[in-house]
Amino acid sequence: MASPSTHTAHHAPQGFIWKYVFSLDHKVIGIQYYFLGLFSVFLGMSLSLLMRFHMVYPNVAVKWFATLWPAAAAGGIMTPELYLSLMTMHGTIMVFFVLTTVPQSGFGNYFLPIQIGAEDMAFPVLNMMSFWTTFLALVVMVMAFFVQGGAPISGWTAYPPLSGAGPLTGPGEGLGQSLWILSIAIFCGASLMGAINFIATTVDLRCKGMSLMRMPLTCWTWLVTAILALLGFAVLLAAGVLLLLDRLAGTSFFLPSGMFINDHIIANHKGGSPLLWQHLFWFFGHPEVYIAILPGMGVTSQLLSTFSRKPVFGYKAMVYAILSIGFLGFLVWGHHMFMSGMNPYSAMAFSVLTMCIGVPSAIKTFNWIGTLWGGKIHFTTAMLFALGFVSLFVTGGVSGIFLGQPALDLYFHDTYFVVGHFHMIMGVAAIFGMFAGTFYWFPKMFGKMMNETLGKIHFYCTFIGVYCIFTPMHYVGLAGNPRRYADFTNVAYLAKLMPLHVFMTYAAFFTAAAQLIFIINLFWSIWKGPKAPPNPWNATTLEWTVPSPPPFDNFGGVHPVVYRGAYEYSVPGAPTDFTMQTEPPPAAAGD
Amino acid sequence: MGAMAASLTHDIIQGPPPPIDTGWGGGGDGSEGRGADRRATFTGLFVGLAACTMLFAALTSAFVVRRGLSDMNDWVSISKPPILFWNTGILVLSSILLDRSRRALKSGARSRFNLWWSAATVLGILFLAGQAVAWYQLKQAGIFISTNPSSSFFYVFTASHAAHVLGGVTALVYVDVQALRLRLGPAKRTVIDVTAVFWHFLDGLWLFLMLLFYVWG
Repeated sequence: MASPSTHTAHHAPQGFIWKYVFSLDHKVIGIQYYFLGLFSVFLGMSLSLLMRFHMVYPNVAVKWFATLWPAAAAGGIMTPELYLSLMTMHGTIMVFFVLTTVPQSGFGNYFLPIQIGAEDMAFPVLNMMSFWTTFLALVVMVMAFFVQGGAPISGWTAYPPLSGAGPLTGPGEGLGQSLWILSIAIFCGASLMGAINFIATTVDLRCKGMSLMRMPLTCWTWLVTAILALLGFAVLLAAGVLLLLDRLAGTSFFLPSGMFINDHIIANHKGGSPLLWQHLFWFFGHPEVYIAILPGMGVTSQLLSTFSRKPVFGYKAMVYAILSIGFLGFLVWGHHMFMSGMNPYSAMAFSVLTMCIGVPSAIKTFNWIGTLWGGKIHFTTAMLFALGFVSLFVTGGVSGIFLGQPALDLYFHDTYFVVGHFHMIMGVAAIFGMFAGTFYWFPKMFGKMMNETLGKIHFYCTFIGVYCIFTPMHYVGLAGNPRRYADFTNVAYLAKLMPLHVFMTYAAFFTAAAQLIFIINLFWSIWKGPKAPPNPWNATTLEWTVPSPPPFDNFGGVHPVVYRGAYEYSVPGAPTDFTMQTEPPPAAAGD
Repeated sequence: MGAMAASLTHDIIQGPPPPIDTGWGGGGDGSEGRGADRRATFTGLFVGLAACTMLFAALTSAFVVRRGLSDMNDWVSISKPPILFWNTGILVLSSILLDRSRRALKSGARSRFNLWWSAATVLGILFLAGQAVAWYQLKQAGIFISTNPSSSFFYVFTASHAAHVLGGVTALVYVDVQALRLRLGPAKRTVIDVTAVFWHFLDGLWLFLMLLFYVWG
């Protein structure tokens, strides 16, 4: 069933620094990424609460605002520029340091090697460097808050000319914006290192018998995400270098001539194209959406199968859907630019390709429902979050069909409809994937069980909370409420929408408060949770064949051999309702 | 309902599990030994080269778009320093020597390997020095990065390429030091091969950039 090990990736480290700080162990690195993401998500969430507060109470003075931002919130009232800097940093931190980091680098690092039967990632040193480079990127990004002028105001998409023309365009557009670009460039480097590791590990380190079509769907999503990251972040890096040069070296890649900004004529730039930045950015930016969501899809498939005690319905179709989504993701960046004055025929092509993504997405959704159909469903907290993921993916996906139509997008594009759409699908659905992964894999990662009661309370509060925040955004968007505005209390046609905004703000504070339940559950369980058995969910994949937490080399010096697919639940004639991947077929059992 | 549920489940529950197959793409047949390390290192190399290709493809597409947009006559082709041709020759020669060096190693001629590899390394360093001279000559001619888009792209492309070459030279020097200290056992063959493939890639990339500069730049 398993062969003794003749080779170990590297020796177990000695001493605190090498064991927990500069560790080469993929499991420690995975946990480091997880906590980096946890810090970032609370930072990003706090910024969103400040924004929501300002939006509905723009004239209420808050003393500690003035303490935090003596210039930008003098007297305790935020300036619109401060609001924009909070928006920029909220989006950036959430997209890069949470949605890109936790599902792929966190869970992927921890579980990819174990699920394919490897001792570690292919390049452990590169893996460690990748984490610390990400950490450096986060430090540089947070530094932008503390420099003169504060954080940048150009949004997470950093469109020039605003992001390229320097301090004249507003506070935060000085050193803050340069640090932002530098941080993103560093992050690109880290992501490229990670992507190389994920692809090489998946392709070459699978254990005996682990053919590609026996891999858990999580591994497929991590592989395709790594390919997207590899191709996308290289392009963003190139764009970032050019933008930085426009700012610091006086070049004109993205900056046009004839700019007149804040009563000043900008004479030292000419001929550049802001649209060129948009093309390069969205060539990365659209695959980035799938970088965020694909691992969540993998976790959801894994959990729906485990907790309905049934194989994943249409495993091969799921694999091909993942590959199709990854491929099509590179062909649709133009749908973010319908407003840019592009040729209507180009817009039509991008629109048709966008609609095509609906096909593999629908295949996935129907297969999830097919997996649940007739199953013995166990409503654990992890399962609830996986079901929540499906719900949010459908809700957020359906509004994407509207936005994919150029004629409709012209109206919707700068409204809250878009904010509601992308938060549902890219933000909250992906976050639900992370929660699902946390509750499912926590026993393996920390050797303890989480509290299910607290988990369920947290789930229901969060599920109801996020729908209360983001569903009304679609409505106010339809009613013409613009996005990116700091204050619309004085706009007559929006006055009737203010009660809804107040409701969304209260819902946001309620949902944020509910996250404290999660934090308490997480840390209390790490400290005092009951000890976890090796396979608490009676699951079939390789991580559940080893102790919780796994030993340093994952499989205790033996190489596992895989005999079957990843989701053999309720196999007729089998002694239990789950058959581990390492279980030999009956004919070979006596060998 | 039961029959329907059964028909909806995956086909793996019917009949015995399929026999072990060794998978596609090289994995799935065990991760033991140096073979897996070597295979993974090559996969990592080619994936890394794909990332480099995307980086330069993005810069090239920006170049093409920016060139096409210059309706305001702000694109003035700079006169490139002739030393670039010498540098090109040096880099190509370095690649050729590296290949001879690997052939020598295959036939067990260690001293010839050392000689050719050292020569290739020196040429690699000379290439970087030559590029620095080219930048200096441009500077003397008053052509800076912000002078016009043609010079902007020239500096961006050459600097990005030089950054990669610097990595390549570091690897060349590492192998050379190991070779000269007689520490080049079979375990180091992967490093030699990876370094050589990367160096040939940089050579090909430079030829592409020269073509870009002189045809469109």
